[in-house]
Amino acid sequence: MTGEHDIAVIGGGLVGAAIAWGLARSGARVAILDEGDIAKRASRGNFALVWVQSKGLGLPEYVGWTIGSSDAWPRLAAELKDETGLDVCFERPGGFALALSDAELAARASTIERIHGQPGVPKFAVEILDRGAVAKMLPRIGPEVVGGSYCALDGHVNALRLFRAFHVALARRGVDYLPSHAVQAIHHEGGTFRIGTRASEVFAGKVVLAAGNANMRLAAMVGLAAPMRDNHRGQILVTQRLPRFLHYPLVTLRQTDEGTVMIGDSYEEASDDRGLTLAISAVEADRARRMFPHLANANVVRTWSCVRVMTQDGFPIYDQSEACAGAFVACCHSGVTLAANHAYQIAPMIARGALDARVAAFSARRFDVQKAA
Amino acid sequence: MFRRLPDAAGAVVAITIDGLPFAARAGDSVAAALLLAGRMRTGATAVSGKPRAPYCGMGVCFECLVTIDGVESRQGCLVAVRDGMRIETQLEKAEPGT
Repeated sequence: MTGEHDIAVIGGGLVGAAIAWGLARSGARVAILDEGDIAKRASRGNFALVWVQSKGLGLPEYVGWTIGSSDAWPRLAAELKDETGLDVCFERPGGFALALSDAELAARASTIERIHGQPGVPKFAVEILDRGAVAKMLPRIGPEVVGGSYCALDGHVNALRLFRAFHVALARRGVDYLPSHAVQAIHHEGGTFRIGTRASEVFAGKVVLAAGNANMRLAAMVGLAAPMRDNHRGQILVTQRLPRFLHYPLVTLRQTDEGTVMIGDSYEEASDDRGLTLAISAVEADRARRMFPHLANANVVRTWSCVRVMTQDGFPIYDQSEACAGAFVACCHSGVTLAANHAYQIAPMIARGALDARVAAFSARRFDVQKAA
Repeated sequence: MFRRLPDAAGAVVAITIDGLPFAARAGDSVAAALLLAGRMRTGATAVSGKPRAPYCGMGVCFECLVTIDGVESRQGCLVAVRDGMRIETQLEKAEPGT
């Protein structure tokens, strides 16, 4: 490899791919350094929501950032289709979180109220609906459903096709995709980044760290910080294909464009994505059938676990290095929801050479406080 | 369309397909028996209702879903025939349990 790349993006998952696509659109010569097929890959394990209603408690700027990306998603889906012919099946009918007890509904209402009570949060509607109102939109709910929250900004997508569409578009735009290039070292020498991998060395004028939880290790190489946790594991169940019965995604359950029902949103502290905990699958399946009793007869055809990309406070990190000018870091849990922002907002900032003040709230400097004990 | 290999052996196994008797052989999968019985259509997709039949034969594609002894949507290619087995095709787009 020679110094033919303006920008090297480290990580070829949804975050890296969206940023690389945005950079390529600006005319930059881009390389993506990726691991191989056995990489821990949230882009292949995620739940595929484009989700707004429950985000941002603790960082009000995250609410507006999320809504902006949700609003830009129709453009992203349309442009990817134009470039690749692939329909990523973006739908934004609004989404639900359902409650199976009065206590769950009260907790949900409280969370929504606290999000909206923060200073600077833009106004957007999240309705707390009783059982009757939910049943008008979700006629198949079971008797235990007491109500739920609904937000018209929520949607979902076919995330595997999104992942593929980005990579098809990247190839068409001449981005160099370099698999088996797990990064071992990054050196900043005379204004150029020399990136060491087992396969080869890559030289670039700028570097973007988009390697998920591995950003924690990489950030220190370029004078940045990315406090991540590599132990936020979720599990998903997938049923056989069913006739369409669900026209809105739920935060815990959705019917895909291909008819399967995905059931997810579990959490346990674990970092191995090669196995799963059956007791958690059982709870997920039980809650799904209490929400939609006809699912009790559906076969589960696939299950998997996946380790979420998660910063230590759960909010995105976008930052630029002062020690190594031209080094940027991007990590977030919501690589699907925020894909439009990464392509249309973050990438142009990186192309120009500096992050804007409007993403200053997402700097990792927010972690620079003394631990109390 | 499908024929048994000339050297194929195995005891006869009496099954029914949609109520009609069929003589399968020990070792046949349900999917193989359906194809040997000339059933080129064994199911319908839940999404579009388009016809389906056994395809991959190795448990991956889920196109051979049939009802076996009353249990719906089993993968015919992964179940061996047994004497007295009742197989019903799932030609109508339908939900499980309906």
